[in-house]
Amino acid sequence: MITAGRIVRLAERDRAQLHFFLDGERRSTLSGDTVLTAMLASGHALRKSEFGPEPRTGFCLMGACQDCWVWQDEGPRLRACSTLLSEGMRLRTMPPERWP
Amino acid sequence: MSETPPPRIVIVGAGPAGIRAAATLVEAGLHPVVVDEGHCAGGQIYRRPPAGFTRTPEQLYGSEAAKARALHSLFDRLAAEGRLTHCAASSVIAVHGGRLHVLGEGGVQVVLYDRLILATGASDRVAPVPGWQGAGVYSLGAAQIALKAQGVALGRRIVLIGSGPLLTLVGAQLIKAGADVAAVLDTSPWHQQMRGFWQLAARPFVTLRGLALRARLGGRYHAGVTLERVEADGKGVTAMRWRDAGGRLRFTPCDMIGMGWHLRAETHLADLVGCTFIYDEQWRQWLPRTDQMGRAGNGVYLAGDGARLLGADGAEVAGRLAAAACLADLGHPVPSGSADLRKLARLERFARGLACAFPWPAAMARALPDEAVVCRCENVTAGAVRQSVDFGGGEANRVKSLSRVGMGRCQGRYCQLAAVELVAAQAGCAANAVGRFRGQAPVRPAPVGAFLRDGGCNSGVHTRKTWITS
Repeated sequence: MITAGRIVRLAERDRAQLHFFLDGERRSTLSGDTVLTAMLASGHALRKSEFGPEPRTGFCLMGACQDCWVWQDEGPRLRACSTLLSEGMRLRTMPPERWP
Repeated sequence: MSETPPPRIVIVGAGPAGIRAAATLVEAGLHPVVVDEGHCAGGQIYRRPPAGFTRTPEQLYGSEAAKARALHSLFDRLAAEGRLTHCAASSVIAVHGGRLHVLGEGGVQVVLYDRLILATGASDRVAPVPGWQGAGVYSLGAAQIALKAQGVALGRRIVLIGSGPLLTLVGAQLIKAGADVAAVLDTSPWHQQMRGFWQLAARPFVTLRGLALRARLGGRYHAGVTLERVEADGKGVTAMRWRDAGGRLRFTPCDMIGMGWHLRAETHLADLVGCTFIYDEQWRQWLPRTDQMGRAGNGVYLAGDGARLLGADGAEVAGRLAAAACLADLGHPVPSGSADLRKLARLERFARGLACAFPWPAAMARALPDEAVVCRCENVTAGAVRQSVDFGGGEANRVKSLSRVGMGRCQGRYCQLAAVELVAAQAGCAANAVGRFRGQAPVRPAPVGAFLRDGGCNSGVHTRKTWITS
């Protein structure tokens, strides 16, 4: 199943739906998705690179490269590949406006 | 004797090596603490999907399903019986003077140890290809984890590049799962692959299985390719540009690329704890020195791919041996490990065959154009690395200070080996003369707030308060 984002779901499609917010917009995904899976099933990037023009989408998916840290509305960042999405999470591809 | 408190043994990593080490210690009546980054034990190779997923181990791990089942159920049983303490979803970020700093969801806590078994595993050994910083480029391991643990492909049309057993395996697994794999591009030419053949015959069934998987790739598989560049636009990858073995320029449209050249041992903690490192010419990387059993000295033991790149089966054997060495050093009677040592020697022969058949692309790294990104954390270019050699000389840590290569968020895990090749070429010396980046704590990013809170071992029901402090 092709998603709106870059991910293609090949198996395990009969899972409960969860909802989250991506840059303020309400999105749905499946229970058991990591933050990375959920964000990339809804869109094409996790964040902007601080050092170049290209968007970033994670790289190793095993917590070693640290490419997939994303922001949450309330401030603390999280590693998208190793964090399971939970209902109502508010995620951002850009730092919050009041980010220092 | 009876008044002596039991020794505090901590195992870092709950993959095949960590699980076997833990089980060996439990069998001897000891109670190890196992710190692992996964939510449940298994490591990356036998990683389990989150709750609610329904594929069977046979579907997830194929021919290795029985091994996965055995390890999972063994570890889960020992944890449920309270015979070990499992700190899940926890990272050791620093180690010094018998103290581990462990970052969990609750914060950082200190875990004390008398003996330490490091079973930290490995990650993909990647080499930069011009354009690899683009969105949609992943490691081969990432493509496999996405499929195994999430049931997804990371793109609609996939090209896999690199060399080694994982290249073939991930390609075959993705095709079987229904992904659109456009090409599997191996930088190792056929004649090179044949050179490793006699050593690969040390495990004939594994070799045959590999050949059968390779057959499933059909016309998608190309040996002896030259990788030219990853084409990308503002949204991400659009194509892979490469040359076939005959030198013809080829262009394969895709939106995802998976890359990897076998494995790179994860050695940051071994470095922090003071292990000696030796440059391994065949694996072209620095590996910590141990004796045959895995003893690294000062009560530290290493097992699995973090010490010797032997794969999952080798990791199980090495985990048992490291624990046996630890027990012997504590004065426990242990059975002879000679059968395990013989097995390890055979696996070592096979692994050397793999290293020979699917080599690290040193020449490709050395020939990177100046504008190519080497460090994808901070977009440090090959040109910047070469300039820093001209300015400050060919020593790894000098180059790191001057160019920032290896100083980004991955701490050199994905750029170091290529950077070393570039430095060696520019300085006109051997790769081992360049040295290696010094490991620095914390080995994982840790939010400042984590140090202000009481850590709490996540599944701390069986936490031994006497030696886990905050």
